[in-house]
Amino acid sequence: MKPYLTEAKYESLRMLRAPSFAIPFLTIPVLVYLLMGVVFFGEALRHDSKAAINVFAGLTVFGMMGPGMFGFGVAVAGEREQGLLKLKRALPAPPAAYFLAKMCMAMLFNTIIMATMIGAALFAAHLPLAFPQMAALALVNIVGALPFCAIGLFIGVWVSGSAAPGFVNLVYLPMMWLSGLFIPLPKSLQGAAPIWPAYHLLQLSLGALGQPAAGAAWVHAGVLAAVTLLLSAVAVRRLARVG
Amino acid sequence: MGAGSVPPRQSQFAGSPPPFAEKRELYRMDNVLPAVDGSMHNDCLAELRGVSKRFGKTCALDGLDLEVRAGELLALLGPNGAGKTTAISILLALLRPDAGEARLFDKRQTGVMMQEVALAPELRVREHIDLVASYYPAPLSPAAAMEMTHTTPLANRPYGKLSGGQKRQTQFAMAICGRPKLLFLDEPTAGLDVQSRQMLWDTVRKLVRGGTAIVLTTHYLEEAEALADRVVVLAKGRLMASGTVGEIRAVVSRKRISCRTTLAVERIASWQGVNSVTCDQGRLQVVASDAEDVVRRLLAADAQLAELEVHRAGLAEAFTELTQEVAS
Repeated sequence: MKPYLTEAKYESLRMLRAPSFAIPFLTIPVLVYLLMGVVFFGEALRHDSKAAINVFAGLTVFGMMGPGMFGFGVAVAGEREQGLLKLKRALPAPPAAYFLAKMCMAMLFNTIIMATMIGAALFAAHLPLAFPQMAALALVNIVGALPFCAIGLFIGVWVSGSAAPGFVNLVYLPMMWLSGLFIPLPKSLQGAAPIWPAYHLLQLSLGALGQPAAGAAWVHAGVLAAVTLLLSAVAVRRLARVG
Repeated sequence: MGAGSVPPRQSQFAGSPPPFAEKRELYRMDNVLPAVDGSMHNDCLAELRGVSKRFGKTCALDGLDLEVRAGELLALLGPNGAGKTTAISILLALLRPDAGEARLFDKRQTGVMMQEVALAPELRVREHIDLVASYYPAPLSPAAAMEMTHTTPLANRPYGKLSGGQKRQTQFAMAICGRPKLLFLDEPTAGLDVQSRQMLWDTVRKLVRGGTAIVLTTHYLEEAEALADRVVVLAKGRLMASGTVGEIRAVVSRKRISCRTTLAVERIASWQGVNSVTCDQGRLQVVASDAEDVVRRLLAADAQLAELEVHRAGLAEAFTELTQEVAS
């Protein structure tokens, strides 16, 4: 157990100490929420609590995407290239510790992001959220971010360290806009939204907040689990074979 | 040793006594208690048997046999591309051999210092050591590992702020912190200043005295001369020679003669047994395969000859000769 905990501790510590990672991913989600939910549209949303909750749910899901996708995608690509993964394989490190540590790191970041966003929702946007709803949302989002880790890992094992940010963005940006996190999608795009994991997580988040969501919860959960398992299985296989 | 892959030179060692008889005896005395792992009974901690490995068209290893015995310091010498790192990578199961087999006694008792690795720049030296120590069943404390490797003053420095040499020292501390029985050091002193290198050598000697087996690859020939019980010379993925430093040197009988003389360079160069002659500010340097005969002739030809010195060729010369043979 000790190597797993130590690995997770230091992975989290180093990412918290890396300003280029910690500052954007910890601050941008809450800042975007404050801008959209309070500064720009605060007035309008005060009279439409359903829309206010939708904006909040969408932006929390957006916040969950970064640490997993970039924390795995860019970091794995770089560390693979720089020989760190090889060193871990040469040392008696448990093979899964590296991945679990990154997962814990992403979950820790997501916990911090959820805490700041819930704080902003309660005290700046004055959303009428009950504690069980907040707890359910946090749980759904933090666990539901695993497919983002898997997407990052999948990209990280294929591309080089310098290409990784570009490739991660190539998924990150379209997913952010095309899963309806920020604005309701026009009819023409709604049909394609379910190809993005973020869409499914958004429906689960809306459900956790007592809002009407499209489709059945078990389908969304199933899609997220399948994406996670499939992509990480392919990635881990490739890592074991190619390194 | 694998038939066919070893040059005839190898046979020169066949009759010599085993170089570490004494050391191995000592080690056995330490090991009266039952061995943890059955494979340790025969003293062999890691082994390659007839291992070949190709990267595309390049043949990195060509039927290599290698054995690492408990408590010895084995130096792997060879020019770039000789297959040293490939051999270590296969021993550590980082690469799969195309042919042959590799065996390692117990990964959990193995320490590694690799050549090119970038560690998290945000973590401090102590934290890096603490992390690696957590992989081992009975590690040193980070403080003890740092004391042993003279890295205590770096303990709280972020890795990214260290100089190249300090990074190598940190990696060395990480390699030994698990109290490994077998330690792989791939070019450990590359980029170290003289003092740090000396300190690393001292620690390596201490570890060997404490019973740790070490496989060391190096370009610094004096490093092998200073530390190794046994030297294995690789070139183009093949084993060229193996034996003690003295035995490797004896393979090449050349000696270096230097003196002050008025004799013409051309004249000496024409003598039998002389390999090369150079003259630097009146000081003559002769490399000869039959030194005694050349010295006799020098003294006979020049009564005024002064400052005569005869050296055995260093490992550098021995090494160059062995590897040139493969090249030609």
